[in-house]
Amino acid sequence: MSEAVVSTHTPFADLAVETITAGLEGALGLATGSLKRSSFRDNHRIQVDPPCLGRALLALREAGMDLLIDLAAADYLGYPDAEHRYGVWYILENTSTGTRIMVRTWADDPSPSLPSAFDIWRGSDWMEREVYDLLGIEFTGHPDLRRILMPDEFAGHPLRKDYPLSGMGERHHFVPLARDES
Amino acid sequence: MPLKLADAIAAPDVEERECLWTLNFGPQHPATHTTLRLVLNLDGEVILKATPDIGFLHSGFEKLGEHLDFNQYVTIVDRMNYISPVANEIAWHQTVESLLGIDLTPRCKMIRVIFAELMRIHDHLLCCGAAALDLGAFTAFLYAFNQRELINEINEWASGQRFHPSYTRVGGLQRDVDDAWIGKVRGFLDGFIAAHNDVNKLLNRNRIFLDRCRGVGVLSKEEAINRSATGPVARASGVQRDLRRLRPYLAYDAIDFDVVCAEEGDCLARYLVRMEEMLESWKIVKWAIDNLPGGPVNAEIDGRMVLPNQLSVYRSIEGLIHHFELNMTNRKWKPPVEELYTATESPNGELGFHIVSDGGPCAWRVRTRPPSFIHFSLFPFLAEGHAVGDVAAILGSLNIIAAELDR
Repeated sequence: MSEAVVSTHTPFADLAVETITAGLEGALGLATGSLKRSSFRDNHRIQVDPPCLGRALLALREAGMDLLIDLAAADYLGYPDAEHRYGVWYILENTSTGTRIMVRTWADDPSPSLPSAFDIWRGSDWMEREVYDLLGIEFTGHPDLRRILMPDEFAGHPLRKDYPLSGMGERHHFVPLARDES
Repeated sequence: MPLKLADAIAAPDVEERECLWTLNFGPQHPATHTTLRLVLNLDGEVILKATPDIGFLHSGFEKLGEHLDFNQYVTIVDRMNYISPVANEIAWHQTVESLLGIDLTPRCKMIRVIFAELMRIHDHLLCCGAAALDLGAFTAFLYAFNQRELINEINEWASGQRFHPSYTRVGGLQRDVDDAWIGKVRGFLDGFIAAHNDVNKLLNRNRIFLDRCRGVGVLSKEEAINRSATGPVARASGVQRDLRRLRPYLAYDAIDFDVVCAEEGDCLARYLVRMEEMLESWKIVKWAIDNLPGGPVNAEIDGRMVLPNQLSVYRSIEGLIHHFELNMTNRKWKPPVEELYTATESPNGELGFHIVSDGGPCAWRVRTRPPSFIHFSLFPFLAEGHAVGDVAAILGSLNIIAAELDR
């Protein structure tokens, strides 16, 4: 009979987002202060350009941010002062210290694509498939990038802002029957 | 000469081998409980490859979140994990309140803590009961469901709805609880320990149940972190991570409780962690109901964020104007043009909401971090190399809720 053991945590220590950003700038070979940082409430964000995203994520993983909490994206078509169409975020946590940061990056039309984090965190597998399915952002290097929530033959990406809430037709194999046909 | 399992797994072309068998498990199968499908490539009884196929219940909740305001969307959030609905509502409104900068009253915080912990008991009772049911131990399931019924009554007394209470509102609650509700909670607490003991006695010495759980679906600590597992699934693998301790929200920083962990990482450890967590939740509810602060449940209405109560709408002009302002489609809230992620420790794991706000009353984008979705992606890893019969044990121990999985 295995025993469930009881343990206690130390309270969450304050974030050291400056240290993380400085370390990341060093790892990417950028000048100090060149990565944009922002904060809102308890969220601390670091903005990383898509070309160095893969290296940045790997550097953060090696610096101890071992848990990928969430990977998701939004369509900023028509959003106030938006510079890019798609924003993608990675929420990372260091499980030994509790430090949490958000890495922000972006993608643009006509063929939005980003490097896959599959080799860094296995947990990114389905999260990337979901972003691909619902927003149409491709993750290069993902071994199995298929639709996950929508049916395989579905056209369009429902969470894009140019996809309406309703009125994009029926699925072809769910043809509605008229009363006299049934 | 029987096929060696190690050779078979190492072979890259699993689908193409003629001796193998493909089995469709679901979408309608008693052990999936809800609608999800698995395609299993079998060598005899051994699973060589499991491919989950999900999306049968996809109903565009996140798209709806872009078209419903902060109070309306709570009814949708309810239906994500319908096994612990109030836990979802608390997570959603916590993000909204954090975005708007609303401070909750002490009484509201404590009532939300009570509901969050009752929901944890509710969820774990279903998970442990249904896991036992799938493995042939029917009786424990009925004992567990008896207790769940009492929690449904507590929901109903507070909100009027048993299953989808939609009980929280921006900055407060739908309405305050009364003494009869407190009596109901106390009544539940009095009877729960005996029922918990019954389930324990029925399962912890049940040879069939133990043999089918022990050593099945082992998740190591490194894999649990690497594959983004959270909540009881991660804690059963030795990851000592509980958001109630790590980043205390509501009133959890004032409450004494233990974080339950195990080290084996198998189905039995996940079952034991859930059973033990129910006792910790019982302790929290007991403490919270004894220390329930008085005062209002809704935050100050001066901020024009919280719906006024019926009396002030009918009896005062300020209340009426305020109610009008919060319900007209061109008024409502004016959140900052910002984005925010906050998370709670839901019964199933980390449940977070990410709101992107463009300053309007509806969110620009609502992202749910659904624990079931992330835990189900573990399934192929856990199931490969096990027998078909172990699928039920592994699915039961992960507690996959398809409505949250597909959203």
